[in-house]
Amino acid sequence: MSETNDFILDIQHVTKEFPGVVALTDVSIPVKKGTIHGICGENGAGKSTLMKILAGVYPFDSFQGRILYNGEELRFERDSIRQAIEKGIAIVYQELALIPLMTVGENIYLGREPSTSGIINWNKLYHETQGVLDEYHLSISPTAVVTNLGVGQQQIVEIAKALSESAKVLILDEPTSALTEAEVEILMGILAHLKERGVTCIYISHKVEEFFRITDSITVLRDGGVVGTLATKEASYERIISMMVGREMRERFPIGNRKPGEVILEVRNLSVDSPYQAGKRSVKDVSFSVRKGEILGIAGLMGSGRSELVTTIFGEYGQNRSGEILFEGAPVVIDSAREAMENGISLVPEDRKRMGLVVDQSILKNMSLPNLERFSGFLSINRNAELNACESMATYLAIKTPSLLALVNSLSGGNQQKVVIAKWLMSEPKVLILDEPTRGIDVGAKFEIYKLMNKLAEEGVAIVLVSSELPEILGMSDRILVMHEGECAGIVDRSDATQEKLMAMATGLLAAATSEVK
Amino acid sequence: MLATKTISITAVSKSIRTNIRTYTMIIALALIWLLFGSLTHWVFFEPRNLSNLFRQMTIVSFLAIGMVLVITTGNIDLSVGSATGLVSAVTAYLQVQIMPPILHSLFPAMAAGPLGVLNTIIAIVTALLVGLLIGLWQGTIIAFLKVPAFIVTLGGMLIFRGGVLAVTQGKTLTIYEDDFRLIAQGYVSDVAGWIVGALVIVAFVYIVFRGRQQRKEFGFKLVPFYRDLLKAVVISALVVFFIFIMNSYRGIPNPVLLMAVVAVIFTYLANNTKFGRYSYALGGNKEATRLSGINIDRVVFTVFILIGLLTGVSGIVLTGYVAAGTIGGGQNYELDAIAACVIGGTSQGTIIGAIVGSLIIASLLNGMSVMNMDVFWQYIIRGLVIIAAVYIDVMSKRNRS
Repeated sequence: MSETNDFILDIQHVTKEFPGVVALTDVSIPVKKGTIHGICGENGAGKSTLMKILAGVYPFDSFQGRILYNGEELRFERDSIRQAIEKGIAIVYQELALIPLMTVGENIYLGREPSTSGIINWNKLYHETQGVLDEYHLSISPTAVVTNLGVGQQQIVEIAKALSESAKVLILDEPTSALTEAEVEILMGILAHLKERGVTCIYISHKVEEFFRITDSITVLRDGGVVGTLATKEASYERIISMMVGREMRERFPIGNRKPGEVILEVRNLSVDSPYQAGKRSVKDVSFSVRKGEILGIAGLMGSGRSELVTTIFGEYGQNRSGEILFEGAPVVIDSAREAMENGISLVPEDRKRMGLVVDQSILKNMSLPNLERFSGFLSINRNAELNACESMATYLAIKTPSLLALVNSLSGGNQQKVVIAKWLMSEPKVLILDEPTRGIDVGAKFEIYKLMNKLAEEGVAIVLVSSELPEILGMSDRILVMHEGECAGIVDRSDATQEKLMAMATGLLAAATSEVK
Repeated sequence: MLATKTISITAVSKSIRTNIRTYTMIIALALIWLLFGSLTHWVFFEPRNLSNLFRQMTIVSFLAIGMVLVITTGNIDLSVGSATGLVSAVTAYLQVQIMPPILHSLFPAMAAGPLGVLNTIIAIVTALLVGLLIGLWQGTIIAFLKVPAFIVTLGGMLIFRGGVLAVTQGKTLTIYEDDFRLIAQGYVSDVAGWIVGALVIVAFVYIVFRGRQQRKEFGFKLVPFYRDLLKAVVISALVVFFIFIMNSYRGIPNPVLLMAVVAVIFTYLANNTKFGRYSYALGGNKEATRLSGINIDRVVFTVFILIGLLTGVSGIVLTGYVAAGTIGGGQNYELDAIAACVIGGTSQGTIIGAIVGSLIIASLLNGMSVMNMDVFWQYIIRGLVIIAAVYIDVMSKRNRS
């Protein structure tokens, strides 16, 4: 064990405290040179804190323990992100840190533009950018403006940025949380290539499947401490999960007792144009129906029109809508979220921070926002009635917080998601549309949300589940609608569906015979 | 014994630290007052000066109250100064030029007294109407035609100033209706002042204890009784003290009472109505608010209607205060109103904050002029105070996170 040179990075007994909270307790992780080391744990397990220490966001004197880098102790000063980069440690954050209105090249070389006496040499900059992109076979133009790229491509630009800084250790924080399956493939390819070149990767995720595809060893964190470090070969899915949650997870998806009833919502030949790009059809001629107590999954790649489809039904997307929406058999016109709610349709939007929550307001205010009509007389809000209703909803969903007056900001991702769901459940919807309800939340919270979906469906609510995670779609849906480039590539029953089949449909390789629309 | 003491001290210091923003403004105000008091041989604290100070603050405070909502919803209104000037000019013009001949021909037999009252009432209604029209105009363009508020109100600033020049023809229109002047220059009689004070105290105590009662009925946790009691006692003492000071000059100035009423109405609007809740949500996250089924255009429209009405009120008080419509009426008031919001902590966005902000701004102006400070210093110091206020806000936020 003395050959420390094997370890490019040796984290030794790190403890980090914030006022009132111990984020990390005596964490030791040795990372071997040239390997891909996975770090997994539920949200709040301490992954992000650890990464911020490695990247120099928290200076060396703000935590206990030490970090050896090539056998030498790292001592980052305050605001020392620059120092970390110079040492060759680069981090790709969970939230993308690119400047949207700048080009790929400008972003990659931001802060270290090739220049002579202060004047930027643009030709050199774009030439070098092209070089970096070529090396990883990335078909992105150096002069493309970042905001026009997909999320996946942006992620890749960010990795390219880290690599162009000649990183020796690349830290990826939840890199696939926003990527489609195809983009994940590209990312995996890049990581494999990096490994060949001797770059060490630290791969943080809570998507356990990914560790088995790419990593050499896995460290599991729980509640700020290391549960264990295993060689990936010796690990199993169930073992990692039980280490993460601290108990046996017998099932990933709870088995419900759903009994779909009559059709409640029917969509006929729905088409809609994008409001952002003239003439672009986002949804083309889609028809489907949902029954009471049924969970309908909507699968598809990023940009296939899934979110556009459900947001159109909710009345908040697109131009030149055509087609028909029938609610309980009668045609309805829905032009706004308000009208959708009046018809008993709720939508839990895809991006909770951007579309679902007012993060610097209290949980209470967020929950009651769409429901204030119910607590208001002619003029004023009955605050006690409001608090009462919100408290019982918070108990129903088991939102973990000391008080409903706490700011949403202070909650974990899973609990934030529950607040968004609570907000929409309070209006007692008959159709609940969930757009990516489990994105970026941990395994335990996911399971709770799945259980909730079952419970609601058993109570007769029709649920439409939009997700990019195929296992989730397969695990939870009764029927699955697959979108491909704005069209419905088919609707399949769960019993007929496999991951491969859905993927083939989503990529347009297979146009399954649409199962009869009941 | 020692241990309990340390714990209670840390608890106190913690509660002070968490509430530092609320106290910062009050502390700043106290410091400014003490400074001016000592620099002016305590002339600053004479009832006559304090009475003037409170009256001076009212004109801008109406605008600041409206500005809180405007800024909370992520907008700005640069036109309120010119708009106040326009309201003032129109009101004065109406009273001086238009109404007297019309009223005389309509009611030839009426005495001068009732005629004056009628003239004043018409002027008040017209002023509010002009304010409302300004709000409608700007609100429509901002909320429904989607032109940024910054641009619309920058344009409005010029348009309304042009209007002022057109109406006054470059002259000062002196009003002579006593009834109208009294709106801004008059005082509530001593006895009426005490009655108002008593009503305020009774209302406050009632609200506090009804709140306790309701919380009890719903089975929520109550704060200790002594804290509510302390709150009621402190507020009552402040009210009594304020009325005592005002009465030892001539009584509560009329506009101060008007300001208090408007502040109460808007505080209620901001805290207890759907509209208030929607405004704050909109400022926090527009997209999430829209997707919550809220008509955000209508909320923004309403906000501009309200600030329009408040410029009407402000214009009335301004006209009464200077007893005239002037070409420079309301000039730069938008800056004072925005500054009052900033100092009062717009990020918190409370009406009471804007009132205290207005009071700080008025105190600076008043104190510096009592000291006979050069005007250039007055401008520089006001500018520095605004920057310092925001710096304190930024610092306290950083400390919290």
